[in-house]
This record gives sequence, C-alpha cells and structure tokens, in this order.
Amino acid sequence: MASGVKPRVKVPKTAAAGDVVTIKSLISHKMESGQRKDKEGNLIPRSIINRFTVEFNGQSVLDMTMEPAISTNPYVQFEAKVPEAGEFVFTWYDDDGSVYDTKKKIKIA
Amino acid sequence: MEFSRRDTLAMGLGAAVVTVLPFRVSAAADDKIAEFTGGAEMSDGGITLTAPEIAENGNTVPISVEAPGATAILVLAMGNPTPGVATFNFGPMAGSQSASTRIRLAGTQDVVAVAKLADGSFAKASSTVKVTIGGCGG
Repeated sequence: MASGVKPRVKVPKTAAAGDVVTIKSLISHKMESGQRKDKEGNLIPRSIINRFTVEFNGQSVLDMTMEPAISTNPYVQFEAKVPEAGEFVFTWYDDDGSVYDTKKKIKIA
Repeated sequence: MEFSRRDTLAMGLGAAVVTVLPFRVSAAADDKIAEFTGGAEMSDGGITLTAPEIAENGNTVPISVEAPGATAILVLAMGNPTPGVATFNFGPMAGSQSASTRIRLAGTQDVVAVAKLADGSFAKASSTVKVTIGGCGG
C-alpha cells in the first residue's frame, strides 16, 4: 500500500433541489508512472490509482479511468445533479488492490 | 574512415529504427482512439478541450474537457511514452459532461480529446501544448 494516501473532497453542504453542484476532489498519492529510474538506473515500478468513481445515492456520477499520465495527487473537478438530499460516495482504486473511499452528505436547503 | 560491410549494415539498421519510432508512438495513440470509437468517423464540433498554450512544468498541466450530452470522453497525450491519459464515463447523476484534472506531458505535443456523444457519434478536439520542462522524469 502506498503510504500517506489521504482523500479530500469539497462538496457544498446544502443545495436547492435539482441544483447542479461543482465538486472538487483530490487524493494524495505519488502516482509513480513506471517510467522513472532510481539512482542505480533501475525502473521504479508503476504504482498509480487507476480508477476513480463517484456515486450519489447509488447512481453513478462519474467513473474515471486513470493512466500514468495523471499528475501526482490526482485532482478532479466535475459537476453533479442534486435532485434530493443524499450522500456522495467517492472511491479510488489503487494498482496494489487498495481501495480508498470517503463520503459526503448534502442537504436540501 | 572506411566502412566495412558490417558497419554499413548496422548504420542502415539504426536509420530504419529511427524512422520507425515516431510512427510507432502515433500508432499506439491511433489504436487507443480506434478502440474507443470502434473505427467510427469523428466530427470536429461538440467537444471543447481547454489546455494551456504553454506549460512551464510538464508534471502538472491543467486541462478540462466538456462535451454536452456525451457519455464518455477519452483524453490522450500524443507524445507521451504511453498515450493514454484518462477516460471519463459520465453517469445519470452528472451535472454536466465536463471535468478538469491535471496531467503529465513528456514534452511539447498535441493533447487530444475524443467524446462519445449521446447519439453514438464521436467528436474530436485537439490542442497543442508547449512544455518547458518535461514531466516523465528522465
């Protein structure tokens, strides 16, 4: 498991029903591309987050496939519909099999 | 300087490899596109790719894509060792078919985005980014 992985997401606390909200997500991860070499000239093996998904009340918002060309600490900004109060579930899938997730509730104002 | 038969052959081989290499890279990118579109034609409208004209640091280049009504968007960096960057699949709860992220670019090159639109057709946009410092660690 990659060390120091910490997901962070920014979701508004409230929204009007039917609103579209902007969500920003970031996870601290080194995203080793598998192209770099260490001091001895050996390739450093690839270790990245290869998939990121977002769901709202069980329905998909975004399902993103990531490749080594995504920068360190992958940051993604996107928009989601909020027809009702509920919970966003963010899930990141690591190459090594680890899964990181975080949840955010949103209320209808 | 005299050339032996062996030297000449080696030089010819080297030249052949040099000419074949750039072709192989773009072929990998074309394969990615073909896999995504299934070989369908791509139109020019319907997708917007926003990328900086000049990126000082190739390690983190902000890009954003938008394609109203699209179900999926594929992003490729044509000049990277592996051309794939990301694929965004938008679900029913997506507020808009747009997303921004930060990508790595090995050098000055074209960034290409291909969208699969709601009617099953495909649209393509491309943007050239000049990179001052490459982002693939060398």
